[in-house]
Amino acid sequence: MTLTKTSLAGSIALATALAATGAQAEISDDAVRIGYLADMSGTYRDLAGPGGLEALRMAVEDFGGSVNGAPIEVFSADDRNSADVGANTVREWVDQRNVDMVAGMVASSVTIAVTNVLEQHDKLGLVSGSAASSITNEHCTPNHIHWVYDTYPLANGTARAVVDQGGNDWFLLTADYAFGHALEGDVERVVTENGGTIVGKVRHPFPTSDFSSYILQAQGSGAQIVGLANAGADTVNAISTASQFGLTQSGQQLAGLLVFLNDVYAMGLEATQGLLLTTGWYWDMDDEAREWSERYYERVGRMPTMVQAGIYSSTMHYLNAVEATGSDDTATVREYMMSQPVHDFFARNGHIRADGRMVHDMYLAQVKTPQESQGDWDLYHILATIPADQAYRPLSESQCRLVQN
Amino acid sequence: MTMIFGVPLAVFMGQLLLGLINGAFYALLSLGLAVIFGLLKIVNFAHGAQYMLGAFAALLGFRYLGINYWVALLLVPLVVGALGMLIERLLLRRIAHLDHLYGLLLTFGLALIFEGALVNFFGVSGASYPIPPALQGGVNLGFMFLPIYRGWVLVAALAVCLFTWFMIERTRLGAYLRAGTENPALMQAFGVNVPLLITLTYGFGVALAAFAGVLAAPLYPVSPTMGSSLLIVVFAVVVIGGMGSILGAVLTGLAMGLIEGLTKVYYPEAANTVIFLVMILVLLLRPAGLFGKEA
Repeated sequence: MTLTKTSLAGSIALATALAATGAQAEISDDAVRIGYLADMSGTYRDLAGPGGLEALRMAVEDFGGSVNGAPIEVFSADDRNSADVGANTVREWVDQRNVDMVAGMVASSVTIAVTNVLEQHDKLGLVSGSAASSITNEHCTPNHIHWVYDTYPLANGTARAVVDQGGNDWFLLTADYAFGHALEGDVERVVTENGGTIVGKVRHPFPTSDFSSYILQAQGSGAQIVGLANAGADTVNAISTASQFGLTQSGQQLAGLLVFLNDVYAMGLEATQGLLLTTGWYWDMDDEAREWSERYYERVGRMPTMVQAGIYSSTMHYLNAVEATGSDDTATVREYMMSQPVHDFFARNGHIRADGRMVHDMYLAQVKTPQESQGDWDLYHILATIPADQAYRPLSESQCRLVQN
Repeated sequence: MTMIFGVPLAVFMGQLLLGLINGAFYALLSLGLAVIFGLLKIVNFAHGAQYMLGAFAALLGFRYLGINYWVALLLVPLVVGALGMLIERLLLRRIAHLDHLYGLLLTFGLALIFEGALVNFFGVSGASYPIPPALQGGVNLGFMFLPIYRGWVLVAALAVCLFTWFMIERTRLGAYLRAGTENPALMQAFGVNVPLLITLTYGFGVALAAFAGVLAAPLYPVSPTMGSSLLIVVFAVVVIGGMGSILGAVLTGLAMGLIEGLTKVYYPEAANTVIFLVMILVLLLRPAGLFGKEA
C-alpha cells in the first residue's frame, strides 16, 4: 500500500512539474527543429524546391541562428509529389528527430496527408506551396497555416478582372484531377456570377505534353477567353502551343489561372506577353520586395517565386512567435502567430484567420512585352491590388470545423 | 456544315492532321528503338534521355555557341550518336551475352543519371527554343491554321523514316547488318567487322533519338524530363508494331498518332490511355505485335 501511495504521490508531483514546465513555456529539448518538405526533383521543383530551402535558411540566418539561446536546426526531404512519401517522412521526423515545424509543402495531395500526420502528433505545419483552397476549408486542422495563395483568389482575381474587361465568353482547358476540377469550379462560379458564360470546356489528362488538339478545339469554340485551369508544365505547354497556333493573333485571349514566375521565365515573353494572372507577390513590386529578392538572387542565381518568398516570410513570423512566447508548443505558437498582423516584404495587410488561412493582399499582374522588359527577370506589370478581405473565401462560407458558422 | 459524329468536318480534318504530325514523332522515336532492339536485342530505356539530350544539345549550342537550327539538325545527332557509341563500347558490350533485362536496367540507370544531372543544373521548368526564321508563321488550310514548323516536322520525320527503312532493308550495308545479327560468327568468318557494325548501329539508333529531340526543341519546352514521359508511349508503339519490326514501328507510330488525335476530340479524358488500351488488345490477339513474326 505504501508503495502505491508513494508512486501515486510521485506521479502527481511529476505531473505538476510537467504542467509547470508547460506554463513556463520552454523550448522542447532545447532546440527549434524545422523540417523542409517539398518536391526537390519533379514538376514542381522550380517553384519551391531547393530555392525554397535556401529562403528558409536565409530566414534562420537573418534571425541569428537561435531563439532565446536554443539553436535552430533545419533539415529537408524530397516528397517526390507523393502523399505516402510525404506523410512517412514527417512521421519519421516526429518520431526520430523531434521536429517542431514543417515548412514548404507543394502538391496539395501531399499537404493534406501531411497535415493529418501533424495533427495526430500535435506539430505545426506552415504550407507555402499548395494551391487547393480546401486545405483551409474542409481539410483545415488546428495544426497548420496556409500562407501564400490558394485557388479561390486565383479565380477571383484573374477571372473577375477578365470579365470586367469585357471577356464574357469563356472556354476552359482543365487538368483532369482534383486541383483542376476545383479551379474549374471556382472559375465557373466567378465568371457566371459576373455575367459571363462558359461556352465550352475540355478536360485534358494530367500531365499532357501535346496541347495542339485542345488548342484547336478552343479556337473552334469561338470563345473570347481561353482559361487555363491547370498548372506547371501543362500551363507552359498550353501557352506555347497557343502561341504557335496564333490563338491570340486571331483575337482570342489567354487567361492563366495558376502561373508562376519560373513558368513565365521558362516560356519567354514572346509566347506569354499580355497574359493576365493573379499572384501573391512579385519580386519587383516595391522597394522592400526588391531589396530582399536581390539578396536571394545573390545566393541562388534566380529571382524568387511567390512561394519561395512566402517560405521566408512564414518562417520569420514563426520564429518571432517562438521568441515572444518562449515556447515551441504548437497551440501556444499558433495562437500568438494569429494574434499578430503579418506585415513584411512579402505580405501586406496580412493576418491569420481561425481556419488557418493567412489572408493578405493579392495582385493582378500582366506579363510584359519583350519591348517593355528591361532585363531577364523583368516580367510583370502589377495592374491592381486585390485587398486581403476580398481576395479569399469569406469565413461565412467556410466549412472548416474550427470556424463557428 | 458537314458533321462527322457530331464534330464539324473542318475540326475533324484538323485533328486528323495534328494526329498525323504527332504520329510522325512516335514513328521516328519508335523506329530508333526498333532498330536497336531488332538488330542488337537491346531494350534501350535510355532512348527518352537521348531524345532529351538532343533537344538540350540544340538549346545549349544555340545559346552559348550560336549554332543555328539547321546546323544543329545535322551536328547534334552526330554528337549524341557518338556518345551512344561510347556507351555501347564501354558498357553495353560487356553485358551483351547476358539476359535482355541487364541491358534494360543499365540503360534505365543511364537515363536516370542523365536526367538527374541536368535537373541539378537546369531545373525542371525547361526553356524555350525559337522556331527558325524560315519556318515561322503558318498557313491557313481552310479547315485550320497550320504552323509551318509542324508541317516541316511531318515531312522531315517521314523522310528520315523512309531513309532508314531503305538503308536497312534495301542496301548491302543493311544486309550485312541483318546477317550479322542473325549469325555473327559466320559474318566474321567472311571478314566483316561485326562488333564495329553493332557499335555503329547503336550509335545510329541514338542519333535518330537525338534528331527527334532537335525537331521537338522548338515545339515543346526543352526540359530534362521531356523524354521520360514520351518514352513509355513510344515503347507501347513498338510493342504494338512488333518488337524489332522497322516498318511496323513507322506505320504503328503514325496510326497511334491518329487514334490518339481522335480520342482528344471525342473523349479527351482517355487521350493518355488509349494507346495502352490498343496495346492490351494487340497483346491479347497477336502477342508478337501487328507486324512481328511469331517466335
